[in-house]
Amino acid sequence: MAVRARIEVENVSVWFPLYHGSSRSLKKMVVAAASGRLGQDQQQRVVVRALQDINLSLEQGDRLGLVGSNGAGKTTLLRVLAGIYEPVTGRLRVQGSLNALLDPSLGMNMELTGRENILLRGLYNGLPKPMLPRLEEDVAQFAELSDFLDLPVRIYSAGMVVRLGFALATAIKPQILLMDEWFLAGDAVFLEKAKHRLEEMVRGADILVLSSHQVEIIRDWCTRVLWLDQGKIRADGAPQAVLSQYLGTPLEIA
Amino acid sequence: MRYPRRVMSTTTIAATASLDLKADMSASSRHRLAIDDLVRGARLWRLAFALGWLDIRLRYRGSMLGPFWLTISTGVMVAALGVLYSTLFKMDISDYLPFLALSQVLWGFLSALVSEGCTTFTEAESVIRSVRMPFSVFAARTLIRNTIVLGHNILVIVVTFAIFSRWPGWEGLMAIPGLLLWIVDALALTLLLGAFCARFRDIQPIVNSVMQIMFFVTPVIWKPEQLGTGMAKLPLNPFFDLLEIVRGPLLGGGALTTTAWLGAIGFSLMLCVVSWAFFTRARGRITFWI
Ligand SMILES: Nc1ncnc2c1ncn2[C@@H]1O[C@H](COP(=O)(O)OP(=O)(O)OP(=O)(O)O)[C@@H](O)[C@H]1O
Ligand SMILES: [Mg+2]
Repeated sequence: MAVRARIEVENVSVWFPLYHGSSRSLKKMVVAAASGRLGQDQQQRVVVRALQDINLSLEQGDRLGLVGSNGAGKTTLLRVLAGIYEPVTGRLRVQGSLNALLDPSLGMNMELTGRENILLRGLYNGLPKPMLPRLEEDVAQFAELSDFLDLPVRIYSAGMVVRLGFALATAIKPQILLMDEWFLAGDAVFLEKAKHRLEEMVRGADILVLSSHQVEIIRDWCTRVLWLDQGKIRADGAPQAVLSQYLGTPLEIA
Repeated sequence: MRYPRRVMSTTTIAATASLDLKADMSASSRHRLAIDDLVRGARLWRLAFALGWLDIRLRYRGSMLGPFWLTISTGVMVAALGVLYSTLFKMDISDYLPFLALSQVLWGFLSALVSEGCTTFTEAESVIRSVRMPFSVFAARTLIRNTIVLGHNILVIVVTFAIFSRWPGWEGLMAIPGLLLWIVDALALTLLLGAFCARFRDIQPIVNSVMQIMFFVTPVIWKPEQLGTGMAKLPLNPFFDLLEIVRGPLLGGGALTTTAWLGAIGFSLMLCVVSWAFFTRARGRITFWI
């Protein structure tokens, strides 16, 4: 096992053609906003240019933070790295096991019991059968649902659902960890224990790519920051330099 | 706190993987990725089974009889139609009813598969968008879900056959190769329709209307022999061929079973070629369509 974790992104662009909308009125918009992110591809379809000409290379040990305003393309870039959106141009190469924490409720089913949800997650990850009890033990222990583990998730309180979702998402340790911001949102409600578990997972990963609006987290966890603006790379470098540029003010050293 | 140590002892490591995705791929790398999709999908067979069962469980959650409601409604329909049509067509009910029960159940499977094939990928949208998953898993899930329904409906066939003591005998085993061909076709069809309907949302209603028409022009509730001289043209209908290769052996000798096999193999080859050609091109784009 253990190949060296590596991510290589060459000239990757991602466009979303707007298939199911009323494209006639959209075409008018495109003509109006010629320089914006809406555009047309070769087949005259209206497209959103979510990412344009991204070049990026990550090696073992890299911890990359993604910053940018809403709609800058952070989530889209994470999906590209996870192999979900295949590039429209360019090339993506990824080596090493990967876990993308993009959707807090991935594959969680409200009608199933907590325990069944754990097993289902194991199946989604293609875990061999002997590993399932281990996964179950780990999640059950962290989520601390005791008897509720055998009741449908439908009847859980909101906090219990969060605990289960969090425990599930963080149960499988990858070499490459991709994290979208939902995961860190509302840090305050996370128990100390949750933070601890997340940090452990981050430390255990060979490569981390993290998207967040919380500058402190990026500063604490990342060794490199990529500033995305309108789907393009605006700046790429050391956290101090990029973050101060991004915030428009020099960053005081903590 | 003893917690951190516990976590380490129960750490689950993700399986290693590597990815190489290029835009403007050559035909050979498209084929390689499509084959890779099937291989990884096959490895996740336990997931496909779990999802298929789950769909059934959720469809009938809280109901006492669960999927056996389907068995009952199929049974009632077969009984009602059987009495009605055997009178209308002036046929011996002990001959007609077993035919009808078998045809109706098999047709129910085929038409549900075609119809649900259309939503194979769109219904899995949230999963497809949040994790890289082989698309063939969702095709298998649609097949498995419908096979479970078929499994429940088989009871109707068994009961009817028992009432009229129409057991097929050893010859009935000849239905097995037919069913194997169905599995291949079902996967090809769900991959094709799933991708196509994700891209073009108008296709599903069209598919459903076509299936309604096919129900009437295919000998499901009427017998092939009733067509008289027109019977020779039946093998041109792919649904007839597919139905006949399974139904013929179970009913003890359909006159058309051999020609039906030729037709079934021909149509299946065509389906597989078209499906593969479309899937290899569409695979990387499905996520953008749903
Ligand atoms: N499925 C889609 N179809 C069409 N456009 C999309 C789709 N997904 C994303 N986009 C567009 O791509 C651009 C980038 O979106 P993305 O979700 O990557 O932004 P983000 O940087 O994550 O923003 P936020 O900080 O709000 O989460 C946006 O303009 C968005 O409208
Ligand atoms: Mg986002």
